Amino acid sequence: MRSYAAQRAVLALAQLAVLSILVFVLTALLPGDAADMRFTETLTPDQVARLRSQLGLDEPAIERFTHWFGNVLTGDLGTSLISGGPVADIVKASVGATLVLTLATLTVVVPLAVLLGLVMGTRENGRLDRVITSITLALSAIPDFVIAVVLITLFSLKLGWLPATWVGGRLLTNPALLVLPVAVLLGRTVCLLSRQVRAGTINALNAEYVVQARRLGVPRRQLLLRHVLPNAAVPGVQELARTGDTLLGGVLVVEAIFAIPGFATALVDGVETRDVPVVQGLTLVLAAAALLINLAADLICNRLVPRTELLR
Amino acid sequence: MSEALNRRGFLSLAGGLAVAAVSGCGSGDSPAAAPKSGGRLRAVFAGGGAKEVLDPHLQSLFVDIARHKALYEKLVELGPDLKPVPRLATKWEADAQAATWRFTLRDVTFHDGKALTSQDVLYSLARIADPNAPERVAQSSLAALDLRRCKAIDRRTVELTLAAPNAEFPALLAGIGTQIVRDGFKNPAEPNGTGAFRYSSFEPGRSMVATRFDDYWDGPARIEELQILSADAEARANAVQGGQAEYANEMTATFARTAEAGRAVKIVAAKGSTTQAFVMKVDRPPFDNSDVRLAFKLLADRQRLVDVVLAGRGAVGNDLFGKGFQYYPADLPQRERDVDQAKALLKKAGLIGKEVEIFTSDASAGFVEAATLFAEQVAEAGVKLKVTTGSAQTYAKDLLTKGVIGSHRSGAMPIPQYITDRLLTKSPFNVTHWRRPAFDAAFAAAQVQTDEAAREAKYGVLQKTLRDEGGILAWGHPDFLVAISPKLQGVQAVPPNTLDSGRFDKVWLA
Repeated sequence: MRSYAAQRAVLALAQLAVLSILVFVLTALLPGDAADMRFTETLTPDQVARLRSQLGLDEPAIERFTHWFGNVLTGDLGTSLISGGPVADIVKASVGATLVLTLATLTVVVPLAVLLGLVMGTRENGRLDRVITSITLALSAIPDFVIAVVLITLFSLKLGWLPATWVGGRLLTNPALLVLPVAVLLGRTVCLLSRQVRAGTINALNAEYVVQARRLGVPRRQLLLRHVLPNAAVPGVQELARTGDTLLGGVLVVEAIFAIPGFATALVDGVETRDVPVVQGLTLVLAAAALLINLAADLICNRLVPRTELLR
Repeated sequence: MSEALNRRGFLSLAGGLAVAAVSGCGSGDSPAAAPKSGGRLRAVFAGGGAKEVLDPHLQSLFVDIARHKALYEKLVELGPDLKPVPRLATKWEADAQAATWRFTLRDVTFHDGKALTSQDVLYSLARIADPNAPERVAQSSLAALDLRRCKAIDRRTVELTLAAPNAEFPALLAGIGTQIVRDGFKNPAEPNGTGAFRYSSFEPGRSMVATRFDDYWDGPARIEELQILSADAEARANAVQGGQAEYANEMTATFARTAEAGRAVKIVAAKGSTTQAFVMKVDRPPFDNSDVRLAFKLLADRQRLVDVVLAGRGAVGNDLFGKGFQYYPADLPQRERDVDQAKALLKKAGLIGKEVEIFTSDASAGFVEAATLFAEQVAEAGVKLKVTTGSAQTYAKDLLTKGVIGSHRSGAMPIPQYITDRLLTKSPFNVTHWRRPAFDAAFAAAQVQTDEAAREAKYGVLQKTLRDEGGILAWGHPDFLVAISPKLQGVQAVPPNTLDSGRFDKVWLA
């Protein structure tokens, strides 16, 4: 298991290096550079040209990349071309809100999905299963922004119960800010996860050893918790790691609608202003997080059902 | 007879009652209408993320401008008609050539308690002009200053000398990014201005908090604390409707329509404050032919463009920038649609049945809609206008070089400044490629004319030439819309970039 983790870590570092090259090339392919983006009829072409050389944007791309990469190796994410401040500060400032949002969503999603999955799986094709299935499938078919608009209109603008945006809000003094964004993010993730738990439960229930345990008269509660749940959780955990991108897509929409100053907002800003060091820094952190989550998911699955290790 | 008299008596009595009722109503309102002190005002503007700056000389977004207006001040500001009005300078006078200007400074103090002096003004101007800091926005507009020859006459009088005479110089000092900072000001993260609010905190892309400066020369602000927030259009609308902000800048016409149906929000509309246009490059075919330019101007159904693209919230344009501003030639007849005449001109130019590409993008609200609708209007004369949508982020740059006709908008600025920036041979943003030495010379001659009426007459002639032969097809002047909470009083309906726009020291919360 330890050598497996080490192997994965080396692979992850290689992936990060390739990814950073890819991101650099892709941002370089976008029209215009950070100096051009300041050209908004307040700076003259002459001022923009002087700015470009000051930012070092007139140097060859290879040179700029190796310079940046060298800094990253020493742990320095570089300087923003737009604000002039350290990229690390921008990453730090934006990561907080997204992390809170994601963790809050997960703490609701995981128990809820497991519960729903178990309920559905143990009543396969029963009435309750069909009702929950229909609701979750219907919900997952509605785009996030539609759900968001409906929730805002109803709970903020009509009823006035919850804040409609994070504009001017402070999470510490007003935790109600989290309710609507989390509710929007909940929808799709719960649907996907509970489907996986349901499928895992059904598989486990039909597995030879469970059937045998049932024959031996193991009580139902014990059967579910000891024997079914760990097996049913494996596809769930893997799905959870995989929903990272679904969740990120959702976070992007949610951050935009509720004006949450998070990761996605910073990334979109960075791309729009061609602030390459910021885009690079943010994607590196994001990729590292994704790799870690997947690694953690695999290790957890190993722990839950050790026999899967034999299959590798 | 007596009955008639009685009736008249009754009517007059009823009238009196009505008046009493109205005035009663009025006096009932007046306690609320009388300015109140205290409270926190939250104003939300379009955000710029990490691009937002605290340095007053780098601004270009409305949110930055509002932020810096609260903390800092300029020597001169622009009134509602874009005419210079005194602020930190109480008065100014020029020599006969309009080359040397003397400004008298107001007796005011900075937030750190130091008095404003001539030296602060000279330092501020030098900081703006610093060639090592090319992103200081007023660099080109103040390039006319000959800094080596500028000097302090005494503590409160400063003499500014221009390399080229310019009677419009005070208006240039009112442009964006011309704030006066303290002599030796180095660290923008520690703002020290003379404005009505004192800096508390700032997070780019999110919020700035400032508190009332009690020693403000123009009378302390009524609100205790000002928070300037950043958010995109959707979040601005939600914030002001949901009670999380009392002021939302730059709202769409669609929002205004739905908002006015409810009671949660009031709309303050500054009529016809900005300009929407199509710009034709006068040096490229087919628009190098003045007949074709005129034909296109005659084909625009301006009222319909205003009704559809601006949802009726705006005025029709007359192919000139700055309707209602100082020096606008209001006496020129409104250009009307004339498809037959346009057809004849296009036929003469051999353009009937041909295709022309119009270059646009969604860089600004309404650009693509306007281009599409205009293409339908042009098609009526037998010319196909193909709409091409380019990148929004590089549009400002692309429009300068690419295509033959494109979408253009401009915010509010003094007319001479618009001409300087866009219509002279050396103009940095000359999107129509209008380069006429005779026009340049006539404009230069007008700019040194110290007699205002004479200057206005000369500008009028130049603008008539632009309207008739230039490449700008200005079809509309959108209203500038702001949404406010009904609690917020004293918000002025003025064009952006003027003294009273985004200004919060005179407003109050009822």
